[in-house]
Amino acid sequence: MRDPDPFVPRLFRVEEARRENADTTTLGLVPSHGEIPSFLPGQFFMLYAFGVAEIPVSVSGLSGTGRLLHTIRAVGAGSRALCRLRPGDFLGARGPYGSAWPLDRAEGDDLLLIAGGLGAAPIRSALLRALAERERYGRVVFLYGARGPTELLFRPELEGWQRRPDLEVQVTVDHAPPSWRGSVGVVPERIGHARFSPAHTTAFVCGPEVMMRFTASALLAAGVSSERIFLSMERNMKCALALCGRCQFGPAFVCREGPIFRYDRIARLLFLREI
Amino acid sequence: MSDPKIALAGHRFFSGIDPAIVETLAECAREVSFAAGEYLVREGEPADRFFLLEYGTVALELHRPGRDPLVLETIHEGEVVGTSWVVPPYRWSADARALDLVRAIAIDVRCLRGKSDSDPKLGYELLKRFLPLFVQRLEAVRLQLLDVYGKSPD
Amino acid sequence: MPEAQVPASQGSIMDREGLQALLDVLTSRGFGVVGPRVRDEAVVYEPIRNVADLPEGWTDRQDGGRYRLERREDRALFGYAVGPHSWKQFLFPSRQRLWQARRTETGLEFLEEPSRDERWAFLGVRACELCAIAIQDRVFLGGVHRDRSYAERRQRVFVVAVQCAEPSGTCFCVSMQAGPKATCGFDLALTELLHAGSHRFLVEAGSRVGQEVLAAIPHRPANEDERRAAEKVTALAAARMGRTLETRGIRELLQSHPEHPRWEEVASRCLSCGNCTMVCPTCFCSTVEDHSDLSGKHTERMRLWDSCFTLGFSYLHGGSVRKEIRSRYRQWMTHKLSTWFDQFGSSGCVGCGRCITWCPVGIDITEEARAMRSSLPEETAHV
Repeated sequence: MRDPDPFVPRLFRVEEARRENADTTTLGLVPSHGEIPSFLPGQFFMLYAFGVAEIPVSVSGLSGTGRLLHTIRAVGAGSRALCRLRPGDFLGARGPYGSAWPLDRAEGDDLLLIAGGLGAAPIRSALLRALAERERYGRVVFLYGARGPTELLFRPELEGWQRRPDLEVQVTVDHAPPSWRGSVGVVPERIGHARFSPAHTTAFVCGPEVMMRFTASALLAAGVSSERIFLSMERNMKCALALCGRCQFGPAFVCREGPIFRYDRIARLLFLREI
Repeated sequence: MSDPKIALAGHRFFSGIDPAIVETLAECAREVSFAAGEYLVREGEPADRFFLLEYGTVALELHRPGRDPLVLETIHEGEVVGTSWVVPPYRWSADARALDLVRAIAIDVRCLRGKSDSDPKLGYELLKRFLPLFVQRLEAVRLQLLDVYGKSPD
Repeated sequence: MPEAQVPASQGSIMDREGLQALLDVLTSRGFGVVGPRVRDEAVVYEPIRNVADLPEGWTDRQDGGRYRLERREDRALFGYAVGPHSWKQFLFPSRQRLWQARRTETGLEFLEEPSRDERWAFLGVRACELCAIAIQDRVFLGGVHRDRSYAERRQRVFVVAVQCAEPSGTCFCVSMQAGPKATCGFDLALTELLHAGSHRFLVEAGSRVGQEVLAAIPHRPANEDERRAAEKVTALAAARMGRTLETRGIRELLQSHPEHPRWEEVASRCLSCGNCTMVCPTCFCSTVEDHSDLSGKHTERMRLWDSCFTLGFSYLHGGSVRKEIRSRYRQWMTHKLSTWFDQFGSSGCVGCGRCITWCPVGIDITEEARAMRSSLPEETAHV
């Protein structure tokens, strides 16, 4: 009996393809055979578009729902091909890989979930999990920055979250037309206006690296401990198995030790250029 | 209207401030309110006030011919509208428009300038509170400028 | 793959005909024998059948950016150090299909690669190369996800080590504690003994399969003199290393000086050609490509060797992380000598010297490490 080949994807079928904005789509996937392996918020799968490419995509939904949810932005050949898929189409998927948001470790703390742009996808899975087990945490705050109002992801859901009394939601955009009723500004500025006890807060941050650096600085300035700040990192990745060597970030493989890293463990690398 | 002294001392921007300074500030302060859509200040006009927002949201806007105005930033409860009064030529560099009902404490800068020139402690206290605001906003503007969520980070 | 260590033998002696018998026995047992031969003015590893295929009477002269074959005065078959090839090209092919996919009536289908029956016998594996294979074993087999194709090829390999007698000008395996004497990890180890017109090999078996194979070829027990002569071969080699590399504190030294001016200096010479990574017996980085046929119904996923010196290697949406050569050289050398410890528990360097020899501008990893260390105050250099 041969060992399974970790490179070979499993066949999945697109059950739903939901357009989030001009270039971002959320796919709901079901396996052709068997069960979806259980996964944790923050982990990712390798999604394969037939004949085009295989790319890492974080889970944006929860385990145990009978389907895999991935939110994909069309920026390269692979992601464009995945975003073009329609219900009934097939693709390959393998995973889950990588580290997860430490939701258990954060138990009892206030939870600050901070997303920028597409970072809202991996943060969403943490938020859903926190809301499903709401009693485990103190205050739960979701800060979300995007380029403009039309680029916000999960919009119908966002409105529902904004109405919840047990969740503080702050959405801010970089630029907006005058019709926008919400905040214009950057995510780090919003931290000072959120309600949480810095000494008992765990923060999860996902967004472009520059945004995460500014956000981490603002969190430290607000009094959040560097051991309780977690970032989701990205590097070029081909195998997700720690076999291709490409996703090295200092001594770490982003696919294995990451994508979720504790801030104090990577702070030095974050400020090095071209590492 | 409530006592400006209590409102001032209770405002986040002046948290922990010396009560003696609150007394002085109160002499230049008055409560104001604006309906949604009303302008607090207009670009180019003399910058003779600043506002401590107590309620509501204000958008800083630049108008552009033939296009919608550009919202640069929104300012919220607990924050300050108006920094142009600190540096020459003491004129507003953007429009400030109330997005909803806004209540604020307006500080008359003409009144304050004379006092802070003769009272360095007051001047220093104001500077200490405005300077971080400038730095914070500069950093925020840099981040906005990067357009980090854009398709090509370059 | 030498599955179980056997008690160290006292050594046996075979002659040149014995070596041919070894090749024949391995072939008859179904192994494709790969060994050194001269091609394109270099000693390379290719399939061989006969002793006559071996680089008899050749040696190699190596230095930074320089490799030349020269005639020896004797008829040594293994009288060279190492060439541009290493055994990784057989265990981790430079180009390999991972799987195929095809469109079907009902959707898609993924086709795994079949298990191949190829069995390689490697002849002429140096101690540094055994270390390199052990390092790649940890990379491909030591983690949570095992590379199945590597595992399948690896477990069928029969290793005939040949003790090193002629270290080259770029060798530093002694510094890396990777040679020159092979002590384990082989099925058979040969020491070539040449003197006074006699040409013999001292043979040691390192596994049960090795013992079986040895039993099938003509040999006799080695005497004390022959054992001493064999010992002397590697002892002399150890004393003739072309290079040295101080490894004390190297892991911390490199990781704590990412902004050292030496990186800029070496980048001014480095062409970013990636030769060092291609010839390195431990470099394992790869990329993938999808090859589709014209019907659009069939596609193959290929894995190819890649190099951290290419721009594409660190590409993220928008651009490459390591745009400057400085940061690519820093990545390579820091990985090889430092972060490899964090990842796999050992150095990634075995001191074979290939990266020095095959660098077109002769950049020398031992010199770079020395320059970095010497420019720092004693205490920081030794952290």
